[in-house]
Amino acid sequence: MKIAIFPPNSLILADLVERKGHEPLVIMKEIQKKVTDPEIDSPPLNITEKEPIKGLKYAAIEVPSGVRGRMAIFGPLIDESNAAIIMEEAPFGFGCIGCARANELSMYFLRKKGIPTLELKYPTSREETIEVVNQINTFLDELEEKNG
Amino acid sequence: MVKIAQISCGTEYSGIQKEIEKAAATFDAKIIIPEADLDYIDETYEKFGFNAASSGIRLMIARAMSIVEGKTDADAVFIATCFRCAEGALVRNEIRRFIQQNTNLPVVTYSFTERTKADELFIRMEALSTIVARKSLLAREKQEGLTMGIDSGSTTTKVVIMENNKIIGKAWLPTTDVIGSAEEGIKIALENTEYGLSDVEGIGITGYGRLTIGKHLNADLIQEELSVNSKGAVFLADHQKGEATVLDIGGMDNKVITINDGMPDNFTMGGICAGASGRFLEITARRLGVDISELGGLALRGNYKNAMLDSYCIVFGIQDLVTSLAAGSSKEDVAAAACFSVAEQVYEQQLQEIDVRAPVIQVGGTSLIEGLVEAVSTILGGIEVIVPKNSQHIGAVGAALLVSGLGARK
Repeated sequence: MKIAIFPPNSLILADLVERKGHEPLVIMKEIQKKVTDPEIDSPPLNITEKEPIKGLKYAAIEVPSGVRGRMAIFGPLIDESNAAIIMEEAPFGFGCIGCARANELSMYFLRKKGIPTLELKYPTSREETIEVVNQINTFLDELEEKNG
Repeated sequence: MVKIAQISCGTEYSGIQKEIEKAAATFDAKIIIPEADLDYIDETYEKFGFNAASSGIRLMIARAMSIVEGKTDADAVFIATCFRCAEGALVRNEIRRFIQQNTNLPVVTYSFTERTKADELFIRMEALSTIVARKSLLAREKQEGLTMGIDSGSTTTKVVIMENNKIIGKAWLPTTDVIGSAEEGIKIALENTEYGLSDVEGIGITGYGRLTIGKHLNADLIQEELSVNSKGAVFLADHQKGEATVLDIGGMDNKVITINDGMPDNFTMGGICAGASGRFLEITARRLGVDISELGGLALRGNYKNAMLDSYCIVFGIQDLVTSLAAGSSKEDVAAAACFSVAEQVYEQQLQEIDVRAPVIQVGGTSLIEGLVEAVSTILGGIEVIVPKNSQHIGAVGAALLVSGLGARK
């Protein structure tokens, strides 16, 4: 199944999803497409002014361009997802897209979608970490196996 | 090469990073991003004390701290956040103050949209690059020798002759042919002095036509309006130190420049509709049958609340004006309402985007309309508005002042 993760660039969450045979929807892949696409040339992320306009699908024109630009990349991943894992209160090193408003909107869209969603708080001790990994594994096991 | 440190949030995701770099490169400057690792972000964020929710904004704080603590080698700072982001606007201004209070680096701030193009950033990058490369020149507070300043504006050309810190000749005429108007202005300005063009020791040019006239006259200084107008305003208002805001409501566009110790650090230029321009007041004066120079005095005797004028559009604005007169409003009330309407729209369209700092130094031809100056002060909550003598010659005075620092003309 396609699993949206939040933060959408968390390598740890993506790895956990992949290990259970699901497909993590991460923004790194989307950004890579923009970097390797020979038609677009806008360093360093190859995001052009078209992205904030595409982002209008997710946020109105009065919303800052940075939020809409982020939503142009993460929004389609939310649309594609069959399930979601949301980790709140995570430090930057765990994964982060830089903007609190884009975070709020992304999480809201994931919740609104009505797909199976696992909501977690970032663990702060060894015991909590083991518990969180177990919760994620159980959640993923209960979902339909990829291609299955 | 001038190193401009970029402290921003959202430029990549708004697709404008390439425009920022392009604008800097045009003025022989290079954008650098201050280093900040994860631990440093947490450390500096606690030190700074602003509880920002967005990590991008926290990163901005860390980058600013890295500059202040000398961990980043930069000549100037460009601070930018997304237009309409409240947290971004708050931190942008606090970081600006923080850097200005703790370093001598010039700072320019900007709030961008995805539509921001390199052209809009040129004047800011040019100003930053100039402030760094010509720091000693911009530090000049006194005019020396015999110099001339020309401000070739879109509507009018202003020429000023200065000698030993005093204006001794001036001209103000409509811009028709850029070079022709400048030459005519020079003639008028020199007329009542005992000098000829060959006696002038330095020529400084600013305004839209600066490159054309500068080349034609082989000028010693060709400079964008941002730094020139800032210097002109603080010189004329005798406010060389501390903070201030320069407001120029022009015939076609409006400029607002915030200043710290005579150096510009933010700038907005625009005017979406003619209803927020000097042109509207010109037409109002004509409709009221008075000269534009009398409109301000008329407005001071009226009450803006007695006539309803608040249109963004010059056409509808005049329609409102006609309706108000037909309904029995006095000329004075209508003149006051017209001034208030222009001030209100400048506030709504531009002043809100900028961190307005007292005193406001109002300049340009419209600053001579007393009713407009009063309306600006009222709208800004009674803030002190200074209209210096010769306020309409600000650009030319700034150019004459700055060029005097370059030594005698060869």
